Amino acid sequence: MHAAIVVFPGSNCDRDLAVAFQRAGARVTMVWHKDTSMPAGVDIIGVPGGFSFGDYLRCGAIAANSPICQSVKAHADKGGYVLGVCNGFQILTETRVLPGTLLRNAGLKYICRPVPLTVTSADSVFTHGYTAGQTITVPIAHHDGNYHADAGTLEALAAEDRIAFRYGDNPNGSADDIAGILSQNRRVLGMMPHPERMAEPAHGGTDGAAMFSGLVRQLENA
Amino acid sequence: MKARVHIMLKSGVLDPQGEAVRHALGSLGFDGVNAVRQGKVIELDLAEGTDEATVNDMCERLLANTVIESYRVEIL
Repeated sequence: MHAAIVVFPGSNCDRDLAVAFQRAGARVTMVWHKDTSMPAGVDIIGVPGGFSFGDYLRCGAIAANSPICQSVKAHADKGGYVLGVCNGFQILTETRVLPGTLLRNAGLKYICRPVPLTVTSADSVFTHGYTAGQTITVPIAHHDGNYHADAGTLEALAAEDRIAFRYGDNPNGSADDIAGILSQNRRVLGMMPHPERMAEPAHGGTDGAAMFSGLVRQLENA
Repeated sequence: MKARVHIMLKSGVLDPQGEAVRHALGSLGFDGVNAVRQGKVIELDLAEGTDEATVNDMCERLLANTVIESYRVEIL
């Protein structure tokens, strides 16, 4: 299984994401934001967390218009797999690959701590290693993670079982306690919490590891 | 020529920063501030003859996130 991780100026979870994929058995290629195409044969693109372009204008807005994001969008449009974590989720909403947007946290504070998440849908390559309803602990580290979408979008996300994770104790004001959502074809996941930061015992927990091992298992056979 | 773009959160979108500013004004003793909405202003220095439609396109594609923000273009 071959994963490409996009690196923007200001990305700071790119290496963590690469290590999580590698430990699960994936081959990883790092891709620079000025590149215009993905390496051949990429199974999944990881859009990492961080502060791409200093969060200027809006979180993810500048990155979303960088050359490589045309390739990310094209990959998603043709049914490819994409995982966006934290700033990566913000970038995927700015490119409109995923609906809605992430507003400033309701409490206005940057929050960095492990939080309980409920696996709301296990019906995706990202979450099939969990069981629906299971509670896992994964850290968040964001200032703008307050998920917002219009009422129609929120209804559709719930009705189509596209809410992958909900917060157990909503830390940031997100609508419907949403922590992560899937695209309509269930092949793109955007989430604010960081599974790659809870993927080996030295992290203090391994609840995030099942996402990466599950992805490698499923996409090897794809 | 210059253009000024005013970007505001759409009504109905919670503005926690505006709300914090409202509280701060209250604690300074300014009574009767019912609501505060915070937005941004972007000034563009443009080639002569740039039309308003082009500036609108800039807003749609980058300057504003129309999921949550509305914008108004002022040609100066």
